[in-house]
Amino acid sequence: MTKFQELIAKNQVAHLRQRKLVNAVMLSLTGLMTLLALVPLFWIVGYVIYRGGHTINLAFFTQLPRPLGVTGGGVLHSIEGTIVLTVLSCLFAIPPGVLAAFYAARNPNTPLGIVLRFSTDVLAGVPSVVMGLFVYTLIVVPMKHFSGLAGGVALAILMLPTIIRTTEEMLKLVPHTLREGSLGLGAPEWKTSLSVMFPAALNGIITGFFLAIARATGETAPLLFTALGNDNFNVGLIVKGGVQAHQDVFTILGRIINQPVDSLPLTLWKYAQQPYPERVEQSWGVALVLMIFVLLIEIFARLWIESRKRRLQG
Amino acid sequence: METKIAVSDTNHDTNSTVQSAESDNKMEMKNLSVFYGKFRALTDINVAIQTNKITAIIGPSGCGKSTLLRSFNRMNDLTANSRMEGGIFLDGENINTSGVDVVDVRRRVGMVFQRPNPFPKSIYDNVAYGPRLYGIRRKSDLDGIVERSLKHAALWDEVKDKLHQSGLSLSGGQQQRLCIARALAVEPEVILMDEPASALDPISTLRIEELMHDLVKDYTIIIVTHNMQQAARVSDYTAMMMIDDKRSGRMIEFDRTQTIFTNPKDKRTEDYVTGRFG
Repeated sequence: MTKFQELIAKNQVAHLRQRKLVNAVMLSLTGLMTLLALVPLFWIVGYVIYRGGHTINLAFFTQLPRPLGVTGGGVLHSIEGTIVLTVLSCLFAIPPGVLAAFYAARNPNTPLGIVLRFSTDVLAGVPSVVMGLFVYTLIVVPMKHFSGLAGGVALAILMLPTIIRTTEEMLKLVPHTLREGSLGLGAPEWKTSLSVMFPAALNGIITGFFLAIARATGETAPLLFTALGNDNFNVGLIVKGGVQAHQDVFTILGRIINQPVDSLPLTLWKYAQQPYPERVEQSWGVALVLMIFVLLIEIFARLWIESRKRRLQG
Repeated sequence: METKIAVSDTNHDTNSTVQSAESDNKMEMKNLSVFYGKFRALTDINVAIQTNKITAIIGPSGCGKSTLLRSFNRMNDLTANSRMEGGIFLDGENINTSGVDVVDVRRRVGMVFQRPNPFPKSIYDNVAYGPRLYGIRRKSDLDGIVERSLKHAALWDEVKDKLHQSGLSLSGGQQQRLCIARALAVEPEVILMDEPASALDPISTLRIEELMHDLVKDYTIIIVTHNMQQAARVSDYTAMMMIDDKRSGRMIEFDRTQTIFTNPKDKRTEDYVTGRFG
């Protein structure tokens, strides 16, 4: 045995004990912190279910609000409004966002690409209430009234940075050999992007969409000056009235987006600050519905991506 | 007239057989230099690729083998700031001019990459991708092309019952043969292979090499390989490359594979193929 080996042998037992101790301390510390991080999540979800659960019944989803003092009624207007706003904001944000991301991914070092990346970062940092104010001057003032259209635009601006950044990152993750394989067959650049790059990155891109949607769905501030809120918003009535008046589809759709609409977070915000206990109770119900709405979007996205993965990998 | 004959006779006598078969050249590089920005990646490459033969490009890492290979179908165009000077001839026509249709060049000079890169589509759609690009839409036409290409790539028997499964569900070796079938589907004249077996196990490698032997009856093949034994096994001609003192790739020897491996003229080639460095 060399001197070194002797020393090691002497210290081995002590070392082992010390190592195990440090390991145990660090493991429990990280575990504890993990639990601590999970506390707010479960607390919020649990408390919202506890406070909001009993207000939820079928009428809550199918009826408009009743006047104060009359029990019952629901938040159909804000559920429909949320759906209208979500669809509108997707329509406005996804096509330009995806195309811009394609440009940025392919031309990262051109002046336009650099400006795009920089301004997306800036846009992501702009407070959402400022977006609302901006769209107010841009759309609400010229139109002289609040509308779902304005709300959709405000939310779309909010979604743009997320969509551009995630789509760009996902496109960059596609192995460049895939792109070269297509170009090597003589495919033009646009065809390669459309039928090779896009499908290869689609799962990640869709995940980005849903992240953006989930964020926009929960926003209140940009809607304050744009969608405003509308206790009597009822898509069913608009459609019914339109059909009776023999209006075409576009006129009816136009009427839906041309008037103020409500949304779940907006209703939550309004109800929660009213001095009437039944409204405060209902605001907890709205919070629960909002949570479930976002959760459902998330779950459907996951399921869809999983099934796509299975199909792709055979 | 007499002088001409005399010249060609001299050629035949003094030079190796490589040059005497010049009429058979499918592709040729004349004083080709490739630049990436200010960096000169390749310097004065002159090489003639024989029709229906396998030509191997060997040399140590970073000597520009892949850059040279990617010059044959102008794939270097895709790298930002790249520039190619000199002549690249396909059937005697210079394809390194701005007027040439790169898309047509890439159809005639197909490419197989180092790592299998099937598209995230079905096996059928992978092979039909190329023909569809060129406007072939009729299902019966496509069916025929897909079957012929997969048979030619020795993959048909393994996949004929699952053509509509994803290409990604195949094993690595099968994926590489799928990529070869995809390249064959547009009926190229030359096939470039960039270390096509380096990501595969020995058995899959053997299958790819056997496949190359079959394919060379109908196609001209150029292969980049790190594997000296592979170059010796599969190729008819071998080009040896090395970087010069300015870190630019040069071709230091080109000859029949047998000559390169048994009786190389250049000392550096001898050292490399005998494994003394590289």
